[in-house]
Amino acid sequence: MLLFLSASGKDRIIFVTKEDHEAPSNAELIADDPNDPYEDPGLILPNGDINWNCPCLGGMASGPCGSQFKEAFSCFHYSKEEIKGSECIDQFRSMQKCMQKFPDLYPQEEDKESTSQTEPSPVSDSADKTKSSFY
Amino acid sequence: MLKCNTVCKRFAPLVRASSTVCRQNVRRAGLNNVRTPTCVPVARMSTEPLGGGGDNLKYALLVGAAFVGSLTYAVVTLKGDHQRSVKRMEDISTRLQKSTLHIQSAPPALSKPKPEAAPSAEQSSPPPEAAAPDAETTGKPSADSTSPSHKLPSHTPYLLIGGGTASFAAARSIRARDPGAKVLIVTDEPDLPYMRPPLSKELWFSDDPSVTETLRFKQWNGKERSIYFQPPSFYINPEDLDSAENGGVAVLTSKKVVHMDVRGNKVKLDDDTEISYDKCLIATGGIPRSLQVLERSGEEVMKRTTLFRKIEDFKSLDKVSRSVNSITIIGGGFLGSELACALGRKSTESGLEVVQMFPEKGNMGKVLPEYLSNWTTEKVKKEGVKIISEALVKSVACKDDKLEIQLKDGRLVRTDHIVAAVGLEPNVDLAKSAGLEVDSDFGGYRVNAELQARSNIWVAGDAACFYDIRLGRRRVEHHDHAVVSGRLAGENMTGASKPYWHQSMFWSDLGPDVGYEAIGIVDSSLPTVGVFAKATAKDTPKAATEKSGTGIRSESETEDTATSPVASATPAPAVEHKDDYGKGVIFYLRDKVVVGIILWNVFNRMPIARKIIKDGEEHADLNEVAKLFNIHED
Repeated sequence: MLLFLSASGKDRIIFVTKEDHEAPSNAELIADDPNDPYEDPGLILPNGDINWNCPCLGGMASGPCGSQFKEAFSCFHYSKEEIKGSECIDQFRSMQKCMQKFPDLYPQEEDKESTSQTEPSPVSDSADKTKSSFY
Repeated sequence: MLKCNTVCKRFAPLVRASSTVCRQNVRRAGLNNVRTPTCVPVARMSTEPLGGGGDNLKYALLVGAAFVGSLTYAVVTLKGDHQRSVKRMEDISTRLQKSTLHIQSAPPALSKPKPEAAPSAEQSSPPPEAAAPDAETTGKPSADSTSPSHKLPSHTPYLLIGGGTASFAAARSIRARDPGAKVLIVTDEPDLPYMRPPLSKELWFSDDPSVTETLRFKQWNGKERSIYFQPPSFYINPEDLDSAENGGVAVLTSKKVVHMDVRGNKVKLDDDTEISYDKCLIATGGIPRSLQVLERSGEEVMKRTTLFRKIEDFKSLDKVSRSVNSITIIGGGFLGSELACALGRKSTESGLEVVQMFPEKGNMGKVLPEYLSNWTTEKVKKEGVKIISEALVKSVACKDDKLEIQLKDGRLVRTDHIVAAVGLEPNVDLAKSAGLEVDSDFGGYRVNAELQARSNIWVAGDAACFYDIRLGRRRVEHHDHAVVSGRLAGENMTGASKPYWHQSMFWSDLGPDVGYEAIGIVDSSLPTVGVFAKATAKDTPKAATEKSGTGIRSESETEDTATSPVASATPAPAVEHKDDYGKGVIFYLRDKVVVGIILWNVFNRMPIARKIIKDGEEHADLNEVAKLFNIHED
């Protein structure tokens, strides 16, 4: 490991090899509170409801077919059938009918959960290359 | 009538007690058709015994009460009428003003002088100001509807001022959380909401010759997309907003909000339309700063200057870059450096000279620590850019169709076109009329941690100076911040009360060797600790750092964190190493706490960086923290 100090003394520079970084880190991170109300909750809220504002949904819940999407997806989410969502055919059908009216918003060959022009970030919007995957 | 009711309520017990007696009296007085006993209790207050005298008094009082009642009713009605007539007059005069404005602003082809009366049927004679002939204004040529304002909604539950990234993110958020929400976006640009970063990056790398029309670019994953967040079919027409069954997002383009009435919860547009709202978001962004020397230099210079921010600026700069020999970019920050690299790349084919000048020592001098800024500058030079650092512009003149930039140190630069990328002036035009506070340190509207300025008014994006619980009061001009703050404002407008908590990130790409992502406060005046990957233990990056001219002084080969400075450095033989500052992570410290992190050519690690900032802990050994990033892996 090599250590440098800039001329002003303000900036430190460390060069490390792979071996230098082999040992696991002893830096301590604070444990995350799963019920932190400030944190972005992801797709499912702590109370089990769907977070319609999740970036992972792209614009599905907010576009022209938003209400149909919400009904279909809610039905699916709360479905207790053996084949999950099997009783939600009507809702999905009406959602599909709506989406067919907007072919440039909802590309027709894509499935119900994928978005139109934007790639959904699977976990959070902080993933590195989401810089171009805007919603 | 109301007066009677209140009076009657008070006398209700009396009424009940005396109702039978009343009825008897009324019958006796022969006033069968008179008003119901409700008003009679007033008469009952008299202590006179029932009888002939009492009857007369009763009658008198009844008439009196009737008179008072009808008087009240008359006054109320007249007042209402007066108000209605006043409003009518206002409506008519505004409509006339609007039609005059239409005439003044309508393209010459449309207006035909016709000595007609004013458009409204009710008005008999046009007021003196509207002497200009009234023209039949057909719909505006553009696809966006700016038809007569009386079809536009006069009220919208959610009003978003500004049509940029923050506004769109808020619209999305509101629609997701409030089913059937009706959202109206008002923007002074002619375009639907679009994202800005590709204007100085991806769009310039496109091979498509029609890119200035399509505005489509290739993302990092190979998929193509438009810079517009959504195609026009996503939005509904403003005229249809009121009647839309499931609500929607409507965009009113080319209209500017010029006045805000906070107490009345309404705004006025530049065509005098008034729109009232329940909740309002101000996301007005900003306008590019200009340089005083440029402003003072006259029209010939300004004609050859671009202040870069919008789609039209991209289109015009693209055109210019194909027709001139030399472009000079003033400014060494994100925008300036990105444009320089983008134009520099093109310059290899076209022979265009690209010059970039700035007061700092190196590119991104205000963001990157000096050694890294210098290293980056060398990379920018490799992209074909002529860098003039430590340059302060003294004056600019136009001579023989060429621009002459005179620097304070005497150097002279001759060029054909100037692009000024010297910062953003947040747009706080509405502060005065709305009575909103403007921050004197950072500029922008001052809002609290929940992005609220006043009741029912939120601010997001470039124009918001907000309180970051973790990092303190700040104002951030990055794309992801616009998304994050816009989304948060939308959440809070629909009832959440969440503070700014999810830290936004930003990034920049300056050619094939320099790509970084950053989060938090990344200010080169802060002390930094940079941890970079070295290929093997045998490499000596010292030479490369010497070469970059930083004058590094101390060196120690040890596992401990040595801090003692050593004797003056002696230049080592120049050795090129491919992976010097190739990749690593840089921590920015404030009072020993990490407040900012740059991920230098390492990707997919933002969540860890975000966590470290969120924790806000003091870490004794930042090398240990750096281990968390696995910089040696891909």
